Order: sequence, then C-alpha cells, then structure tokens
Amino acid sequence: MTRARVALVDYGAGNLRSVAKALERSGLEVELAADAAVVERADGVVLPGAGAFADGMAGLRRNGLDEALLKALELRRPYLGLCLGVQLLFELGEEHGLTDGLGVVKGRVQRFADVDSRGSRRRVPHIGWNEVQFSGEHPMLEHLPERDFFYFVHSYRPVPADERIVVGRTHYGDEFASVIAQDSIFAVQFHPEKSQHAGLRLLNAYCSWVESSR
Amino acid sequence: MLLKRIIPCLDVDQGRVVKGVRYVDHVDCGDPVEVAKMYEEQEADEITFLDITASHEERGILLDVVSRTAETVFMPLTVGGGVRSIQDIRDLLNAGADKVSIMTAAVNDPELVPEAAAKIGSANLVLAIDARAVRDDSGRPIENRWEVCTHGGRRPTGLDAVDWAAHNAEAGAGEILLTSMDRDGTKSGYDLGLLRAVAQRVSIPVIASGGGGSAADLAAALGEGPDEGCAQAALAASIFHFGETTVGAVKEELAARGIPVRPPSGRARPVQPS
Repeated sequence: MTRARVALVDYGAGNLRSVAKALERSGLEVELAADAAVVERADGVVLPGAGAFADGMAGLRRNGLDEALLKALELRRPYLGLCLGVQLLFELGEEHGLTDGLGVVKGRVQRFADVDSRGSRRRVPHIGWNEVQFSGEHPMLEHLPERDFFYFVHSYRPVPADERIVVGRTHYGDEFASVIAQDSIFAVQFHPEKSQHAGLRLLNAYCSWVESSR
Repeated sequence: MLLKRIIPCLDVDQGRVVKGVRYVDHVDCGDPVEVAKMYEEQEADEITFLDITASHEERGILLDVVSRTAETVFMPLTVGGGVRSIQDIRDLLNAGADKVSIMTAAVNDPELVPEAAAKIGSANLVLAIDARAVRDDSGRPIENRWEVCTHGGRRPTGLDAVDWAAHNAEAGAGEILLTSMDRDGTKSGYDLGLLRAVAQRVSIPVIASGGGGSAADLAAALGEGPDEGCAQAALAASIFHFGETTVGAVKEELAARGIPVRPPSGRARPVQPS
C-alpha cells in the first residue's frame, strides 16, 4: 500500500519546513498545496500557520483554498489544524478588528485578557511549554497519553460556542480550549512540529487516523 | 501551568558557532545544526541563534543554517543579530525561525517594532536589549539605573533600559530578551535587579540573559520571590556548550528548587558536542 498523502496548505502564513519534515517523519507523504487541486486529491489536509488572523484568511481566499478546505471537510477528510489552523475554522477573529473566519466551527477567536479571573497578571503572548489535558472520544486520542506538554506561542485563543467539541484543555491563568475535535476536524492551538517527542507522538497519531480513514 | 524555559544560545559567525567571554576571544565549538541537535537530545525548551557576522552580504549563510536547523530539529528556534528590516524578519521566519529578535534596528528606527507587530504579529517578535548599569563619576553603579547599549555593549544610547522595554512592549514586541552587559560572559549570576525591574514593568514574557554560570543562577533568575529575577525564561551559553553540564541536569536542580520546568520525556540523554 502506498503511503497516505496529506496536503500541507501553503497560504503564505509562515514557514512550512518544520511541519513538512515532522509529518514526513510520522510516515505521511506531504504535498505542498498552494492551490485547490492539491487539497482535493489528498487523503488528509493539514492547515499550519503563524501570524495574523486577517492575513491568514486573505491568504486562503487568494487561491480558492478556502473553498477547497470546505470541500475536503464535507468529504470528511481528516483535517489537522495547527495554531492559526485552528483559529481560522471559527466564525470570527478579533485580531486587529473583526474578521470572518471559515465559519465551520461556532465561536470566536479572542485575545487573552492581561488579567486572569482571579485578578493576577497574565503575560500575553502565552509563550512556552504548557500541559494539555486530553479528554473525550476521538481516534487520535487512542494513541495519546492523557496529558502531555506542548509548545505554545500565541496571543489569541479559540473560544468555541459548544463546549462539547473541546478535547484538550490548558491552564494559563484560566483554562482555555487548546484542542478541538468536530466531525473530521482535529485542531490544536500549540505547535506539535516544535514540541519534540510529544509533538511527534501527536503527528504519528494523525498519520494513523489518516491511514485508517482512507 | 506555563513552565519556565531553559534556552541555550549559540553565537553564530559566518555559519559557525562561537562563544566569547565578553564578546572577545571567540572559540569555535561547531556546526550550529549539530549543536542544535545536541540540545534537542537534551530537551532544551528552545534554542537561540545570535548571528554576529559583521557583513550583511553574508546573510545567505545564516538563512541556510536556519533552514537546515528547522529541517533537522523539532524545537522552537529564535534568531537574532543584524535584523534591520521587515524583509529581514520575513526572510528568517520563512527560512524556519519561529521568533526573530531585533535590537539595534529598533533603536535606529522607532517604527520597526510597531510595523512588524502589525504585519507579522507580536508573538514571533522579540525585542533584545543589551543593558549596562549607569555609573556615577567615581565609576560605581547607580542603583536601579540601566542604559540600553548597542554594538556589543560598546555604544551607549542614552535610553533607560526599563523604559525602553515598556515602550516596546506597548508598541507590539512579544517578548523581551534582556542581557546584562555587566554580567555577560562572567558566569557571576544574572543581574536580578535589572530582570525584576523589567519583568515587573512589562506584561510580556522576559528572557534573562548574561551571567548564568550555574543552576543556582538560573533558579534565581526564574524565581518569583521578592529578591529574584521573575523572568519567564533563562538564556545560557557557556555553562552548556563545553559539556560542563546538561540542560537535563540543570532542570533537575531547578525542579528541586521549586522552579516549574518541563519534566524529561525519558528518552533524552546527554551528548557531547561533535
């Protein structure tokens, strides 16, 4: 059997080198997708990304990648979102004014407040290694420990309207949704490609999921 | 809970790792990619490359080192040194850096930090400050006064280091890399007063740099006590590069001192530099 092939969406939101290498190491064949055709023929779709929400959306719209992503989701192709790749799924981003996202997940992307709910100062951005507590049902979670440390670097975080899609939670002053799963979407706010063993473990789990979904 | 980070820093000159004591007497200790691999094995939390190549024309060498590193290791990489423009920042991010630090250009061009924050985002933008204690006429350091320097600490700018940090945090920097030029290369401990003054003033993360000579020094920089540095991360070079100790051994000691650090995954092992 040939290796499962994923489309790594290239929409100008930062470097893809580490993500591509890490996905390859987990056993996937990676094809950079700068246009819709590559997304449509892949077994799975990975949306990476760093940078601003509005720039990210503009990048997706430029080459019709947004439509291709929606189509892939309709076809239930395993989707892995990383950092901006989780945020862009939401209805609305609040970074530098309001921007419409892809709108496939109900909720918003909001900045961390500088003060947490107990009145303690919270430094923003949230940068560094923090623990993710996984819970719920998902094929990927069968391959992951209950909790693991991952590398985060972000000022904004997803706030889903439906609490039931949250399958990973992290404390930074208050608890926030660091992993969501809905239909064929599994999306994380952290960077598995920068998270050493824990990150590679997560990408291996994604590889298994893509293979079993073919 | 967010953990405190230990960050080995490599000075890179024309694609090779060097580390000087007070920025002189450089000693070559290897290929940056190999050294980065060694630190990944040791489970360092991030790695920083500081490019000290004098000529901007040799930028391609650095970009090549950055992209080879990003292909080889799966850990966060910050790159600084000689970053002058938005294009320089983009080039480094596109080559595979996760964060880019700027220093002199921020002093020379007050619009660079706000512009970079708006175009690229704050989270990947580090403001580096080289600070030196201000001294009175008899040469004694004046309490709680530090000045921003450039050019490896040789050129004073007249800017107050704490005010400068606060100004740039407001302008959109995502993190402050704060180096004490009085302590750099001395292994006599971080300047805790300087760290505390900046960490209390800004609401972005602060990375301690300059003077780290032992696990106890790192613990003091990262501790949140009234006499400690209150930094979110500690940069160190000399204590790791020559195999004196490992990141893992330092973290073990930090954990014993109550500093929250990432536990070892069980697979890391110390490796001597090649």
